[in-house]
Amino acid sequence: MIHIPILRKGNPYKSIDVARVPHYRTRETFVEMSQANAGLIRRDLLEQDKMRAALTAFTTDQLLAMCKAAAEYYMHETLPCGDGEQTADDYVRQLSATTGMPHVLVRRNMKKIYGAMAEMESMIAGLTRGLDLKILDDGFGTHEGHAVSFFPRTNSLGVILPSNSPGVHSLWIPAIAMKVALVLKPGSSEPWSPYRVAQAMIKAGVPQEAFGYYPTDHGGSGAILNNCGRGMFFGDSSAVGKYANDSRIELHGTGYSKVIIGEDCIDDWEKYLDVMVASIVENGGRSCINASGVWVPRHGKAIAEAIAARLAEVAPRDEEDPTAQISPFANGEVANRISALVDSGLREAGATDVTAKYRESRLVEWNGATYLLPTVVHCESYEHPLANREFLFPFASVVEVPQDQLLNVIGPSLVVTAITNDQEFIDRIITSPHVDRLNIGAIPTMQISWDQPHEGNLFEHLYARRAFQRAAVA
Amino acid sequence: MSAVAELQVKNQAAHAGLDAWVREVVEWHFNPETGTPYWLEKAKTFDFDPRKDVQTYADLDKFGFFEDEALRGGPVRRWVPKGIADKPIYVFETGGSTGVPKSRIAHEDFRLDYSAFSETLPDEFFPKGADWLMLGPSGPRRLRLAVEHLAQVRGGISFCVDLDPRWVIKLIKMGEMQMMEKYKAHVIDQALTILRAHDSVKCMFTTPKLLEALCEKISLKKAGITGVFCGGTEMTPQFHRFAVEELMEGAYFAPTYGNTLMGLATHKPFDPADNYAIIYYPPSPRALIEVVDPDEPNKLVDYGKTGRVRLTTLTKEFFMPRFLERDECEREPPCELYPWDGVRNVRPFSRFQTSVVEGVY
Repeated sequence: MIHIPILRKGNPYKSIDVARVPHYRTRETFVEMSQANAGLIRRDLLEQDKMRAALTAFTTDQLLAMCKAAAEYYMHETLPCGDGEQTADDYVRQLSATTGMPHVLVRRNMKKIYGAMAEMESMIAGLTRGLDLKILDDGFGTHEGHAVSFFPRTNSLGVILPSNSPGVHSLWIPAIAMKVALVLKPGSSEPWSPYRVAQAMIKAGVPQEAFGYYPTDHGGSGAILNNCGRGMFFGDSSAVGKYANDSRIELHGTGYSKVIIGEDCIDDWEKYLDVMVASIVENGGRSCINASGVWVPRHGKAIAEAIAARLAEVAPRDEEDPTAQISPFANGEVANRISALVDSGLREAGATDVTAKYRESRLVEWNGATYLLPTVVHCESYEHPLANREFLFPFASVVEVPQDQLLNVIGPSLVVTAITNDQEFIDRIITSPHVDRLNIGAIPTMQISWDQPHEGNLFEHLYARRAFQRAAVA
Repeated sequence: MSAVAELQVKNQAAHAGLDAWVREVVEWHFNPETGTPYWLEKAKTFDFDPRKDVQTYADLDKFGFFEDEALRGGPVRRWVPKGIADKPIYVFETGGSTGVPKSRIAHEDFRLDYSAFSETLPDEFFPKGADWLMLGPSGPRRLRLAVEHLAQVRGGISFCVDLDPRWVIKLIKMGEMQMMEKYKAHVIDQALTILRAHDSVKCMFTTPKLLEALCEKISLKKAGITGVFCGGTEMTPQFHRFAVEELMEGAYFAPTYGNTLMGLATHKPFDPADNYAIIYYPPSPRALIEVVDPDEPNKLVDYGKTGRVRLTTLTKEFFMPRFLERDECEREPPCELYPWDGVRNVRPFSRFQTSVVEGVY
């Protein structure tokens, strides 16, 4: 039995209290995770200054080089994993075993995490808008002819992680290059990725003192968020809501990402079908950057039918099948509840499950596991309860909304892919407070660029600028 | 005689003593001269005569399972045995975050319980004559007076702080976590003031959460604390280990399980072989905790097996047979120091575990 310990300033600690994570199909315990009690976490966090001090002993350039080396270790090398070791292939198999994610999707997410580490320099350049990184080492310097000074708002970044998609781990990794220590709480069924990233970083020379890794319960998560100077919290709307007014914590909740098509392009909608389908189904439809809505001025029914016909081709496949596109649910009961929620929405007039005619049921048992098949719903109005919903599987609503009303009713949307050349419409989208990431043109919502911040800028979250003047030395 | 045989003899003696004590307590509560109005009234509905038909501990099954609803609301005097009606009476409460709390009357039970508990504390770590800090729930709970008595029987004086756990639970339910933290800090600040001002304080009672919070502010060793008596809420083996390895700094850690209805169960002395499991033994014969099958609560589970906690309290002040607690645990065999059944790793009963709010208390 694999046992994943707590890491206290990088040192493994085996707790008496363990959580047992089952294999998604057999339901037999696959891995044990030591559980940290909240008091232990709070006690460790009394020494956050020392955790950060271990990083400030290096220059940013040195840390960037370590990140680059860590990328290779993460992607290819055998690394410590609890009492044993883990090859890259073990990692893929283990992550798949506890989350159900097919190997092909795990490997795609691996590449994303690898990219974040390997491209750290360009990522930091994007986050800092091209700041001379020596300024982070010295605390002050000159940028575009102006004296600038930045100071860290915190010694550590506390991160409450999800289990749904390993790609999100690329978001917190830059903290190390910014000399901010990490306090990580892994998702309950995905302990693997943050542990492997930390081990790769340590092997690359990042001081182990900079890493806290605490599998824990809600109380422990609270201890992390309340005691780290800055936090990042991944979870559904109900979980993150408690911290809605806490500016120290960056919330990564439901995305409600959308593809919208302007009046000028809508009659050519068939040209954009690939973008719509990819936005909905890539990565198993489990990311907050997956589209959960396609909002158009007309042709809604035809678009929904066309997407449904494509999604109907997606079926459960073996975890090792390279053509697998969707993940089963590690807990079948969750799939049941989600499907019931969709059905409950459909009972309200004005919405049709366009995918229903292609199958007997959305919820299927296959090879001992529970799946939700991709689903497209056509909504006659943006006010329908299913018009702006997001679920943990490929689900999208096609909604018809007049273009002049769309931005008033779109609601907060993490990613918007706007397919239009209408400059007046583009200008309005650019100024919309509801739109976070924006793609103009036929770019899938899932496509990310390393030099673009995602859901808030990590550099601005971790650092603040102060007014700075220095008298010339006589 | 082998250790096993010796334990068996002690166990048999304890059983015999228990049966005799059951007869004495039942006679007291059901005798019209000394009895408790509640039980005298209740006896009219029984198809047996407790004074004649209850001769052994096993005979207590005849009463069925005690319904704790009877302890909510008045008149509280119905719980005062006539035999002590002219004595000064206290009332202590348990629960009460919402609705009417359960009440237990007392004349001197809490003193007897804590005098007996005092005998289990090692003098090396809880020095006679040392002063105490009571850092736990106050108000209508018996804990404050009980700890004060414990300090007094050991020749010390107890300093106390105010702590209202019902307000803490309300803050949590309202989502006022920052206010809850402020209240906790307010309580800890008072404790720190006492510890800084009085070098004579060497022993303390506190709850697990307050112990953690206190140790985030000071070193117990530097503050001169040599013994900590800890209880009030669930304690996990991991917390036990964390406390011993990281918070105590050589001070003695005495975890306890207690409540207003039972009294105080003593922890089995630390044994590395127990891997920090928390093992308690009830203050037999004044109270017994047993582990029963949740579906057939008349049946004890085997040693080592998990079941629901069943409490029987047998004092001249309070008689409560066969009460099913909202806790579960494993059944622990007798040990040399306590030759009767114990309990291991008590925790909230999993079938009821929907939302347990403990806060700082």
